Amino acid sequence: MKSVMGLVNLQKKDTLIKELTENRPIASIPFAGRYRIIDFALSSMVNSGIGNVGVLLPEKSRSVLDHLRSGKDWDLARHHDGLCYLPPPITDDGTQPGNLKNCYYNLDFINHSTEKYILLANGSVIYNMDFSNVLRFHQNTNADITMVYNVASRDDPGAGVVLETAENGLVTDIALKPAIREDEKVSMCVYLMTRQVFIDLVRDAFEHGGCDFLLDAVMRQTKDYAIYGYAHDGYVARITSTISYYQASMDVLEPEIWEELFLRRASVYTKIKDRAPVQYKETARVTNSLVANGCIVRGEVDHSILFRGVEIEKGVKVKNSIIMQCCVLQQNALAENVICDKNVVITRDKWLKGAPNYPLIVGKNIVI
Amino acid sequence: MKTSCLAMILAGGQGSRLGVLTKKIAKPAVPFGGKYRIIDFPLSNCANSGIHRVGVLTQYRPLELHNYLGNGSAWDLDRKDGGVFILPPYAREKGADWYRGTADAIYQNLNFIEAADPAYVLVLSGDHIYTMDYSWMLDAHKQNKAEATIGVIEVPWTEAPRFGIMNMDTAGRIVDFEEKPKKPKSNFASMGIYVFTTSFLQRYLEADAKNSHSSHDFGKDIIPRMLADKARLFAYSFEGYWKDVGTIESLWQANMDLLQDKPPFEMDGEWRIHSSNLSLPPHYMGPEARVTSSLVNEGSVILGEVENSVIFPGVRIARTARVHNSVVMPFTMIGEGTLVEHAIVAQNCIIAGGAQVIGKPGAIKVVPEGETVSAAANNQQAG
Repeated sequence: MKSVMGLVNLQKKDTLIKELTENRPIASIPFAGRYRIIDFALSSMVNSGIGNVGVLLPEKSRSVLDHLRSGKDWDLARHHDGLCYLPPPITDDGTQPGNLKNCYYNLDFINHSTEKYILLANGSVIYNMDFSNVLRFHQNTNADITMVYNVASRDDPGAGVVLETAENGLVTDIALKPAIREDEKVSMCVYLMTRQVFIDLVRDAFEHGGCDFLLDAVMRQTKDYAIYGYAHDGYVARITSTISYYQASMDVLEPEIWEELFLRRASVYTKIKDRAPVQYKETARVTNSLVANGCIVRGEVDHSILFRGVEIEKGVKVKNSIIMQCCVLQQNALAENVICDKNVVITRDKWLKGAPNYPLIVGKNIVI
Repeated sequence: MKTSCLAMILAGGQGSRLGVLTKKIAKPAVPFGGKYRIIDFPLSNCANSGIHRVGVLTQYRPLELHNYLGNGSAWDLDRKDGGVFILPPYAREKGADWYRGTADAIYQNLNFIEAADPAYVLVLSGDHIYTMDYSWMLDAHKQNKAEATIGVIEVPWTEAPRFGIMNMDTAGRIVDFEEKPKKPKSNFASMGIYVFTTSFLQRYLEADAKNSHSSHDFGKDIIPRMLADKARLFAYSFEGYWKDVGTIESLWQANMDLLQDKPPFEMDGEWRIHSSNLSLPPHYMGPEARVTSSLVNEGSVILGEVENSVIFPGVRIARTARVHNSVVMPFTMIGEGTLVEHAIVAQNCIIAGGAQVIGKPGAIKVVPEGETVSAAANNQQAG
């Protein structure tokens, strides 16, 4: 995989998950107790042997920079190659919004790289996969572009790109659908192609007024390029909406999925915080949950995720909830079907309840 | 720039009183507190105290320790100026010597100290659990215009005969030092933490090296020599938690101390204890898990009952397993229907279904690294 460079795109429509993306892109929403969503694409790249990764930054990039920093936690702080930030261009004309512009203005970086191939991934999809299989598939099929997809295991209300493929994997149709049905072949927003094809696609599409990499660069070129679909059969979650985020979070509470995503293959890396082990006190009662280091638990927690440094005081009940970093739930508080963003405090005796299919979201730093 | 203070951590000891736990690894590399290794404490104390040049003297079974230290990045000690320096014994043109004692270990690395040219040298041992700001001790050393300052802690009078006891005058100047006295005159025990003015230390180490009758030990030879010469030795009194984890019982007890409702010191606050992290997900608590008064680390799967215990990363505890008053080290598997009580189970062990590992206070049961304990083995022991 030394012949492949990585590009992580952090731009993604976030109107269906806006409560959690006020200050951050989807890619840096905290996930599964200690990660951010971008960790999955980035770790898969690193574990596949990719050592040169460009990160296409969104406008709200502070949380991304704070998370990735030098790239050291992903072994990407190198003298040569490693991590490179590709900031969006500053243009005030407001024309051609979309991810294609960011690619286009950073073509210099891509031109100067030496790898033959480029692997483009989006920072909003959760998986743990080995991209070297994709490269082998790409070479064996003689594809110009390989798109990675998985077969949806359930209906998903978020929009997605659905592929149709022939038996040999040749993509026969690409369609952007408002919702995903079970058994459809859904793009994981991972593309593999030669660097030259990428440059040609981006340049051509942008210079002809295009905005979006998929819609304007790939879909308009289906006649000129051989596009193949590579099927990935592991766990995949696309975070496009609050519901899909909540669902994916509850998925990792299944030991099977937890094991597959984090332990069976390679590690998922993240920013190291070096917190102490979880302290369960005498009155703690925790079941069916993921609990990250630095938590102090005195209350009851069931079927929930506690991020690093959460405090659950005596008499507290937490159920079907996601409690992010450094939240405090004071005595006798209750949270059911709730997502608390970072640093939320629920004071004594306050009860919060959402619906199972519509969790209540409490914004960052709010005291209730 | 001249380094003002250099730390030297003595990490070469075997720790033979820890028995099977140190058969494969040096004592400073022994896991502690669900996440750490013993050496994390002096190393983190150094980093947090602003001492960024640290020599670690290794000798016994150094592989795992060297591997763990790496380039020091876990403690933010991977630096252009300073950082962690691993100092094992080495050969010279006239032959090679092991470190023959704590003082000899430092003596053999005088060239390292000279190269850094610090005004002060802080000598630490790698086998105590405590959090301490060494910069305060250094300030006291400067204020007293001391040549050596020794960290001391008040111990119960009944325990004083087990320690090296310091007797001070009212100004804190040490007048007398007794190693394990039968009738102690004070209850201030030496913590094995020394600040020396560099040139002063150098002089004594060189003299000691020439003395063939010396055992080359700080406590036994160097400090008594300095006192005999009426050098300016001061005590620096430390208040807080400090525990020697040199024996199985004390190691177990120090782990149990962390389980109090209010732990004796904070591992997670401003004075964070750093350690080399594995990339593991948050631990999973199963539908029937029952965990109380315990520490649990990342990557573990708890399906059974854990009470008053310390669980390291990657441990699997099956349904219907019971773990009480125990320490379970990384990647150990505890099967169904097992009972583990008053025990230390080392890394990568398998406690097979139905097996029992039962110790009692004062006789903690230890399962050595990589062992498998089966139910049949229990029956054999019983029969």
